[in-house]
Amino acid sequence: MDHSRIRDHESRISLPTSMTTAIARKKTTRSKSTSKRTGATAESMAAKQREISVSEFFAKNRHLLGFDNPRKALLTAVKEAVDNALDACEEAGILPDIHVKLLQKDESRFKLTVRDNGPGIVRAQIESIFGKLLYGSKFHRMKMSRGQQGIGISAAGMYGLMTTGKPVHIISKTSRRKPAHDVVLKIDTSKNRAEVVKEKEDPKSDGLFPGGTGTQVIIELEGRYQKGRQSIDEYLEQTAIANPHAEVTWVGPTNETVVFPRAVDELPDEAKEIKPHPKGIELGTLIQMLERTESKSLSAFLQGEFSRVGQRKASDLAKVADKLSSKTITPRTRVSQLGHAEAECLYKAIQEASIMAPPTDCLVPIGSRALLAGLLKEVQAEFFAAATRPPAVYRGNPFQMEVAIGFGGNLPGDESSRILRFANRVPLLYQQSACSSFKAVVETSWKNYGLAQPRNGLPVGPLIVLVHMASVWVPFTSESKEAIADYDEIRKEMKLALQECGRKLGTYLRRRKQMRKQSERRGIFERYIGEIATSCHAISGTDPKKLYAALLKQAAKKTKEADQKLDLDGKVVAGKQLEDDEDVIILTDRQSGTGDEDGDGDGDLFGNAIPAKKKRRTKKKAKKTKKKSTRSRS
Amino acid sequence: MAKKTTKKKTGKKTAKKKASSSKRSGAVSKERDKVTCTKIEAMATSVAKSSLAMKEPHVEIPIRSVSNMKYNAKKRILEMGTNTQRRELFNVGQARKFMQMLLVGKGCKDLIAAEKTLSLRGMYYMSLHTIEGTTEKTFNEQSESDGILEDLEVTIDGLREELHVFAKKRGTMVGNITVVDNGDEINCRRMGTGGYAIPSICEPSVIQFKECTADFILHVEKDTVWSRFNEDRFWETHNCILTEGSGQPPRGVRRMLHRMHKELGIPVYCLLDCDPWGHYIYSVIKQGSINLAFESQRMAIPDAKFIGIRSEDYDRCKLSNDVKIALNERDITRAKQIMDYPWFADKKPWKKEIKTMLANGFKMEVESLITKDISYVSEVYVPERLAQGDFLD
Repeated sequence: MDHSRIRDHESRISLPTSMTTAIARKKTTRSKSTSKRTGATAESMAAKQREISVSEFFAKNRHLLGFDNPRKALLTAVKEAVDNALDACEEAGILPDIHVKLLQKDESRFKLTVRDNGPGIVRAQIESIFGKLLYGSKFHRMKMSRGQQGIGISAAGMYGLMTTGKPVHIISKTSRRKPAHDVVLKIDTSKNRAEVVKEKEDPKSDGLFPGGTGTQVIIELEGRYQKGRQSIDEYLEQTAIANPHAEVTWVGPTNETVVFPRAVDELPDEAKEIKPHPKGIELGTLIQMLERTESKSLSAFLQGEFSRVGQRKASDLAKVADKLSSKTITPRTRVSQLGHAEAECLYKAIQEASIMAPPTDCLVPIGSRALLAGLLKEVQAEFFAAATRPPAVYRGNPFQMEVAIGFGGNLPGDESSRILRFANRVPLLYQQSACSSFKAVVETSWKNYGLAQPRNGLPVGPLIVLVHMASVWVPFTSESKEAIADYDEIRKEMKLALQECGRKLGTYLRRRKQMRKQSERRGIFERYIGEIATSCHAISGTDPKKLYAALLKQAAKKTKEADQKLDLDGKVVAGKQLEDDEDVIILTDRQSGTGDEDGDGDGDLFGNAIPAKKKRRTKKKAKKTKKKSTRSRS
Repeated sequence: MAKKTTKKKTGKKTAKKKASSSKRSGAVSKERDKVTCTKIEAMATSVAKSSLAMKEPHVEIPIRSVSNMKYNAKKRILEMGTNTQRRELFNVGQARKFMQMLLVGKGCKDLIAAEKTLSLRGMYYMSLHTIEGTTEKTFNEQSESDGILEDLEVTIDGLREELHVFAKKRGTMVGNITVVDNGDEINCRRMGTGGYAIPSICEPSVIQFKECTADFILHVEKDTVWSRFNEDRFWETHNCILTEGSGQPPRGVRRMLHRMHKELGIPVYCLLDCDPWGHYIYSVIKQGSINLAFESQRMAIPDAKFIGIRSEDYDRCKLSNDVKIALNERDITRAKQIMDYPWFADKKPWKKEIKTMLANGFKMEVESLITKDISYVSEVYVPERLAQGDFLD
């Protein structure tokens, strides 16, 4: 994936070109070996060989983009449109206000409308953005954004066209003063180009954009709408969690309107664009860069194309490369004179050199407070904690991990905990078990924090875990962007963040248990004091009221003493810090009695919850296997 | 041990008893009641006093366990030591028991004031209610209140009888004796096949001995053997008193044996099974029980003798192989425990007896003698032993 990141501006079809050549080569060899049987000649075979356009390639391999089945296709279309909308709004510095509407036309046909209040799209660009695959503003930059390759929305349009024959309908308004453009586009898959079917300037549509600017996309496509896990509803809910600065209005096929309100009135800081880090590129990429660069000298090339390479570092690299190479290499050597062998020496020099880690100001994490705000409005838990790790680097790409957890409250207590995964604020709904974050959660020892956790499994209890990775380049396992690739550095950071949250949860749970024990204690004393007072009165005639008051006072004193003892042990002290912690929110009114998660029943005087617990556990297992099977089916 | 088996005691019987007792003023002695009441009051007052003085209330309870029990070699009985345990209100584990103790104390005081007696089960119901504002009951089952009552007995150094509580009666008696039970004269020679049921309270205020011609007392373990002896008129032919305690004899039977032995000056012989259980029954009759060590003074009969059955009887009486019952693991550990009791420690014949039993690897019941002849036990075995004076001490 990485190697495809840096690519020539004109050669956005370079991917298919290389692919076609590969395919062509394969075919030739085959034709030779089978020529005897079929009687075909290289010439007759050559007549059949022709270039394949990207659009055609993806039309046939739509599962690569997340359109494998009708249900997923519908979700992917919504996802691409919403991601684009959010990216556009943020880049223009506008607080996003997004409307998503899904209209069911018949059993399997839907009309999807996504409208934002972004800056709009200039007329000349509309065809390219919505009609061409691999066209976009994000691919060539090292900048944190939701979209990466520029295939998303156009692929959705293409899918719609293929399944329903209906073109994409775009309305865009770029300025308050100009009327909105109304464009209907049809994608020509063989040419990777869009054809305009209808076009007009339509002032009537201005009402759609009260803010003066914005874009609306309407795609008709085949799909299947279903609520529950991996649904549009879940996607939008999670989007709202990770983007607390956005307001999302969702009108589903059942015509009910759900509004995910804005929780933060500030836009996240704009992400800075950075150049690639020398350590993060491969030899082939380096050669391509050398071919393509506009710099003349080697030194200028190194300094101009990479981050963290200054004049001194450039000459150091040239010196080391010179030693490895048969030709002389100096910082002043012309880039055009560097051949394959020299490039390899340069590559080796880069690997050996120690180069400062890439700058991290290009990363904009959601932030602990915003994460908590997002989680708070969508999750009914009693305890929230968040942790943001300092930036780190994998393969020359800076990244940053954030984790938030919610516990207790109305969350289901007898199921495996839920993981919400995000990459650059985009929810990831599919292929959970292939994702690095899933592995990190499983590898974290939640038992230490007072939760049950089966071997090699997710913790069990009323827990929700949110993992967010912010990076200029998120390493996905596939083009459909469903799971984060499992790099050691990434998983390590995830685990550290999870542990930080887990520790806070552990402290909270221990303290809650202590408090329950104390109140139980007090309860026991107070329960019996009345009986004692009346008995003493009956036996020896002592004034029962006085006796009762005296004993009650002692009981209070007694339990207070116990509290103080805890203070000395340091447990309650830690609890007080929990309250002061900025990254923790505790909602005492949501505390439920059912969340007794840990197995030890030492403190229970009257409860016999242990056999019931066992029952629960077996149930859990059954549920889990069920879940797994549905997952594999989808 | 006997106390826990007390089950439903109908209210009717109790009512009858009450009526007669108040009429004849037998069961209840006013003076003793006064002393008992004062003791209960003292306990409650100390609790109230320390509470009002903002001190944590507690009760000192002598410990009823092996650790706090001594064998008095001189008197040859078990005695309770001086160790006590504190029962505190402000202790999560003890709060409930503390409350229960005062409740039972109150119940006993009410009973004494009303000049009535209740069974252990009745006492349980008397203090049973739901604690105000909760769903918790003061007692969950009778065994809880039974234990508390024993605690109360040792705490105020009073007896169950003094607290007007009695256990279900168990045990029977026939023989050449006439007793007066709450004013009724009972001739134990004319008790038919059923025998005279030994009451659970056998204090002098209730039972008096009127006339006795018997030479000794034969105590057997179970009702079946007792019936055999009674049917064979053994007490008539050998001029004795025949008693039975349905296994571990309850307090009433032990008290009765003790009083007959002490007041009438006649020896007590025990015919028990040859197993650790039988050996322990003998030990309880002789030295007193561990749980009720505080009552040994009034119950133990240090001069009681053990007739049999003994391990040697298998060969001596030429019993068949069928009567053997293999010792199980519990039997073996129990036997070793008994052997190590200090009051058995210096008795070589006993040590030998237990060792032989362990070596044999089987135990025998008294009933096993029936395999020889239906009346072998009453016509041959016991008379032989008595004639030879062959006892284990």
